[in-house]
Amino acid sequence: MGYLDSILFAILLIIGFGYFFINIKKITRNINLGTPINRKDNPKARSKNMAMIALGQSKMVKRPVAGILHIIVYAGFIIINIELLEIIIDGLFGTHRVFAFLGTFYNILIASFEILALLVLVAVFAFWIRRNSIKLKRFIHKDLNGFPKKDANYILYFEVVLMSLFLLMNASDLHLQNIPGGFSHFIKAGSFPVSQFIQPLFNGVSSELVMLLNELFWWLHIIGILIFMNYLYYSKHLHILLAFPNTYFADLNAKGQLSNLESVTNEVKLMMDPNADPYATPVVDANVVPSKFGASDIQDLNWVQLLNAYTCTECGRCTSSCPANLTGKKLSPRKIMMDTRDRIEEVGKNIDANKGIFVPDNKSLLNDYITPEELWACTSCNACVEECPVNISPLSIIIDLRRYLVMEQSAAPNSLNTMMTNIENNGAPWQYNQQDRLNWKNE
Amino acid sequence: MSEVLIVPTMAEMLSQGKQPEVLFWVGCAGSFDDRAKKITKAFVRILNRANVSFAVLGTEESCSGDPAKRAGNEFLFQMQAMTNIEVLNGYEIKKIVTACPHCFNTLKNEYPELGGKYEVLHHTEFLKSLLDDGRLTIEGGQFKGKRITFHDPCYLGRANNVYEAPRDLIKKLDVELVEMKRSRANGLCCGAGGAQMFKDAEPGNKEINIERTEDALETKPDIIAAGCPFCNTMMTDGIKNKEKEGQVKIMDIAELIANAQDL
Repeated sequence: MGYLDSILFAILLIIGFGYFFINIKKITRNINLGTPINRKDNPKARSKNMAMIALGQSKMVKRPVAGILHIIVYAGFIIINIELLEIIIDGLFGTHRVFAFLGTFYNILIASFEILALLVLVAVFAFWIRRNSIKLKRFIHKDLNGFPKKDANYILYFEVVLMSLFLLMNASDLHLQNIPGGFSHFIKAGSFPVSQFIQPLFNGVSSELVMLLNELFWWLHIIGILIFMNYLYYSKHLHILLAFPNTYFADLNAKGQLSNLESVTNEVKLMMDPNADPYATPVVDANVVPSKFGASDIQDLNWVQLLNAYTCTECGRCTSSCPANLTGKKLSPRKIMMDTRDRIEEVGKNIDANKGIFVPDNKSLLNDYITPEELWACTSCNACVEECPVNISPLSIIIDLRRYLVMEQSAAPNSLNTMMTNIENNGAPWQYNQQDRLNWKNE
Repeated sequence: MSEVLIVPTMAEMLSQGKQPEVLFWVGCAGSFDDRAKKITKAFVRILNRANVSFAVLGTEESCSGDPAKRAGNEFLFQMQAMTNIEVLNGYEIKKIVTACPHCFNTLKNEYPELGGKYEVLHHTEFLKSLLDDGRLTIEGGQFKGKRITFHDPCYLGRANNVYEAPRDLIKKLDVELVEMKRSRANGLCCGAGGAQMFKDAEPGNKEINIERTEDALETKPDIIAAGCPFCNTMMTDGIKNKEKEGQVKIMDIAELIANAQDL
C-alpha cells in the first residue's frame, strides 16, 4: 500500500472512531439524565455477575439453541476483532500481515479466525431463518413492527457481509501468496482452512486484478466495520458494549425486594412521631425541588434503569414469559424498555436542539409511551427479570410508574383503591375487623 | 370442629414472661379467607404436634403492606410496615415464620431497611428445618403413591430462590412428584401477584390462572400442591373453571403434611 493509502486510512479511522465517541458521549449524557442510585457497593459480586452473565453468557444458554448460536457469533465477534488489530496496523504502516513473524502460532490464529468466520455465517443464517422463515413468536410480535424488525435483519446482513469480505480477503491473499516465485509483497503467511476453497475463484484472473480485488476487499471490510460500529447507537445492538456495565450495575438484592422510597420514609416517620409539632412551619429550602413520588418521565427513573433501556436487545424473552402478555394483555416488558429508550432519545434530541437545556414538550414516558392499562396488567412475578440475559429489570420501571399514578395522581383502578382503603381502615385488604383476626382459632 | 388448637398470642406469652421460639405471622388471607384459614390451622396442628413454642400477634397483627406497595402506594406500605415493626420490635421478635410468600418476601426483604430485622422463613422452610432436626416426622398416609405437582409461588421461588424446601417436603410423603413444563425459575405466575388479587384483569384473551391450571393439568395430577394462599385461590378457581374439582385437589403443603398424619 502506498503512502496516500495510509493517510486516507488514518483519516477514515479518525472519522469512524471520532463519530463513535461523539455518540458514546451522547449516550453517557442521556443515561446521566436519570436520578442517582448507588450501585458501586460489593464490587466482588458485581464483577462476578459481569464475568458470568455478560462474558460467560450464562443466562443466554437457558434457551440452548439461541444460546449456542449466540455464543458462536459472540466469540466470532470478539476473536475476529483480534485480527482487526493486524488489519489496522497493516493499513496504517503499509505492511502485509505484520504478525506473520509469530510463525506456527500465527497460522493457528488465522486458521481459527477462518473457522469462526464460517461458523458465524452458519449461525447468522440460522438466526435469519428463525426470524424470517420459522417466524418465532417473539420475533414477529407487534413490539417490533417497523424499524426494530428491519434493524434486527440489518445486523444479520452486516455480519454476512463482514464475514464474507474477511474470507474473500484471505482467499485473494492466499491466491497471491501461491503464485510461483512470489508476487509483490505477498509473503507466505497464515493457514486458510476455509478460504482455500474460495481461492479457486481467482484462477485464470490476472494477478494484478486479484491484487486490486484484495485491496478492495480489505477496504470494504474495514469500512464495513467502522460503519457497523457507528450503526450501534441507532440500533438495538448496543448490548455488545453495554451488556458489561449493565450486568455490573444490576440490582444485587433478592428479586422480590422493591426499593423503599426514602422520601416517603421521611414523611411517614414524621407522621408517626408523637413529638412532632403538627403546626410547625415546614422548613423550606428554596434550592430543593420538592420530591416527586414515583416516575412519570425518564428524568425520574434512576440511571441504571436508563442504562437498561439502552442495553436492551429486544430479544423478547421477557415478553415471551410474561403471564400478562401470554394471556393477551397489552403489557409487554420488552415494549416498556423500548419505549423508555425512545423517550430518552426524544429528550436527548430536545436537549441537543435547545443548547443543552430540556424544554418541556408536553409529553412524558407515562401516557404518551406507556399506558396505565399496560402497567396495571403486571403481576410483579419477576419472570421478565429472570429471563433477561443481561439482567434488565422492566419490573422496576413498571413499579415506579405505578407509584406516580397512585401517589401523585390517585389514579389507581377503583378496586385497588377499595383494597387500599381497607388496609388503611382495618389493616387488611378486605373489609374485616382487625379485632377478628384470631377468630379462626375457634371456628 | 371441636378440636383444640393451642395458639398463644404474644401478649399472653409476655404476661407469662415467656418468649416463643418463633412468631407465626398469619397474614390477612390466613386470618380471614375461608380457604386460607384451613391452611393456617393445618400449620398450627403441625406446630402443636412438633411441640414448637410459637405465638401469633392476633389482633395486633396488621397487613404487611405488600399489596399496597405493589400497587404503587409506598406511603401506605411504609405506614403499615412501621406500625408492624413497632409491634414486632416491642416484643423483641427474632424469628418469624409465615405461610404467605407475599408477607414472607416483604418482611424478609423490605422491612430491614425500615428497622425491622428478623430471620424470616416461609412455612415450608421452617417445616423442612423441623424435619432435618428430627422434631417432625412426615408420613405419606392417605397420599402415598399419589401424583402431585407443585406450583412455585413467584414470591417464594423467583423472588427469593426457595425451590427445594417445598419439594423436599412433598417427596417425604411417598408420592410421585411431577414437574410442570414451566417450573422453578421458569414457573408461571398464578395471576394474583402485584395486587392483581384485588382487581379485575385487564382486557386480554385468557385469564392467567386458566393458563397456569392448564400447565398443572398437563401433568395429570391427583393433587396440585401450593405454598401460597393466593395461588391456592387462583388454582382452585382454575380447576373449577375446567370442571375438574372432582378429580384434582389443590392443597397447601402444610395441609398435605397435616392430613397425611390425620392431624
